[in-house]
Amino acid sequence: MIPLILRRIAQSLPTLFLVVTGSFFLIRLAPGGPFDLERPLPPAAMENLRRVYGLDQPLIVQFGRYLLSLLRGDLGPSFTFRDLTVTDLFARGLPVSVTLGSLALLLALALGLALGSLAALNRGAAADRLVGLAASLGLAVPNFVTAPLLQIVFGLGLAWLPVGGWADGNPKNLVLPVLTLALPHAAGIARLTRASLAEVLIQPHIRTQRAMGLPRTRIARHALRGALLPVVATLGPLAAALMTGSVVVETIFGLPGIGRYFVEGALNRDYTLVMGTVILVAVMVIVFNLIADLIAAALDPRVRLSA
Amino acid sequence: MSAALARRLARDRSALVALASLVLIALACLVGPLLTGHPPERIYPDFVRVAPSLAAHPRPDEVRPALTRLAFRMRPTLEDVALERDRVRLTLTAQKPIDERSFRLLSRSGLFGEPAVLERSADGRRLLVEAPLRKLTFVLGTDALGRDLLTRCLAAGQVSLLIGLTAALAALLIGVVYGAVSGMAGGTVDALMMRFLDILYALPFVFLVIMLLVFFRAGLWLVLVAVAAVEWLDMARIVRTQTLSLKGRDFVRAASALGAGTGTILARHIVPNTLGPIVAAATLLVPRVILLESFLSFLGLGVQEPDTSWGVLIAEGARALESAPWMLAAPAGFLVVTLMALNRLGDGLGEALDPRL
Repeated sequence: MIPLILRRIAQSLPTLFLVVTGSFFLIRLAPGGPFDLERPLPPAAMENLRRVYGLDQPLIVQFGRYLLSLLRGDLGPSFTFRDLTVTDLFARGLPVSVTLGSLALLLALALGLALGSLAALNRGAAADRLVGLAASLGLAVPNFVTAPLLQIVFGLGLAWLPVGGWADGNPKNLVLPVLTLALPHAAGIARLTRASLAEVLIQPHIRTQRAMGLPRTRIARHALRGALLPVVATLGPLAAALMTGSVVVETIFGLPGIGRYFVEGALNRDYTLVMGTVILVAVMVIVFNLIADLIAAALDPRVRLSA
Repeated sequence: MSAALARRLARDRSALVALASLVLIALACLVGPLLTGHPPERIYPDFVRVAPSLAAHPRPDEVRPALTRLAFRMRPTLEDVALERDRVRLTLTAQKPIDERSFRLLSRSGLFGEPAVLERSADGRRLLVEAPLRKLTFVLGTDALGRDLLTRCLAAGQVSLLIGLTAALAALLIGVVYGAVSGMAGGTVDALMMRFLDILYALPFVFLVIMLLVFFRAGLWLVLVAVAAVEWLDMARIVRTQTLSLKGRDFVRAASALGAGTGTILARHIVPNTLGPIVAAATLLVPRVILLESFLSFLGLGVQEPDTSWGVLIAEGARALESAPWMLAAPAGFLVVTLMALNRLGDGLGEALDPRL
């Protein structure tokens, strides 16, 4: 398993390099710079700033320097959050995003698997239709609609929960953002579970078990194991997306996660922050895909961990 | 699409309902803005954030405040207002003889029709004017500037649907060509092309889209290109798998034995036979594109004023949620119904194509 993990990491390095190179030059090609203010700085001050941050060097030299500092694990100083490095910003924001993301992932999995199995085991029945309707609604309502609706119902109308804010991770503050993040994914997982479980349930080995008179719950457990594979396959990108925060959810609920850094960084031409976020997301995608593959292999020995 | 497929789809009642609602929404967006009686850009300063209602405006209690505001801008002083069911009578006085051109403000406000002078005093400094009341209905209410929300939603729907269809079509074309070529070529070329696809899959594409939009000033067409560039990957995979399974079939080998070139085989035999699954996948692509566009527009990176899309309207509505909840409900309703219908239709097509179910 260890050589496999190492091989996968080695394979992902070219992808990572492509991401870094592509985004580095794309950002630099863009018009505007990090020190463009409403009132332009005096040329001398601008000159100084550019020298301090190394922006006066030729682009290729800057790129080389950036790669070298990346190898040392240094993501560079942020251009807009003065006195802070990109690593500092991540150290602050990542715990928030990961807390929200992992809770949302667990909730989405629990809800999705339960409802999906319920629907598949009662195909065509009222429960199936109800789950189907709820799932298609969950997939169609975007989170920037869910979030304000939850705020106005539970935050303002019923006044059960705070409308926003982080409050050092107070559980009450987490409920609405986690719900907003989880609902569409719960819907997706429910649909996927229903489809794959329905497919497994008509296979010969399940028919045999039924013929042998195994209890329904035992059969369901057997079938679910096989049906989990397609769900696990989608888990990698899903987990990566959830852990790296959501611009919409963090903006609407006023949460200090890392989801906002990318858009804000891009708007402010905060080169290092944008680069750092892109690299972080790419690494997360690679890591969680690897984890999802390992889980898939544990579930089904037929899955070869080759590529 | 074959007749058999159409028959199977016709048995799927919910897919038919979905198709019918899509046609209805598309038609409404296309011709609706002409029928609502309000141009989408028309601003009624007197009717800001009016709640949805079938009853006509102006209501009796809305006339006086509106007239006071108008009189402030018209030179003459408003001495007396007589309000009847469908008309108002105004008595105007001024220091100098009254210029009737200032009455244009009355009809321009949108509340009143053409005013007529009933009586004029000898020195022209005192006038009795009558103006009919217009009947304005705002079925879905108005927005924060006083524009009719129904018209705005329908006009926004044109943009959202156009982006959805065009971007999905572009993604479809790229995906079909890439997938078919890769599957047909086989061997090393296929392996390389698929490896490239794997790399693209690993890229955080939404980030690329956002970068493009932020750095190079968002425009409608850039949004389209950006969205299409993200969404063609799945399509390429589907087409490649289909091509691989078709390639070995007898009719393709026969065509090749008869001397047909690779291009001809692709265009005449492979691509037409992959159309079914492609159409199903493309139908599911449209809602994804619309959702991505509205997400970008919600962030303010997508469609820009004076154009509007459902995402733009939802963003406005979310900001005004407390004072005017209909501003969120109306565009969100349009968006959600459209997405649900498209998803259902795509699933229905997929099921109709799958003989096992």
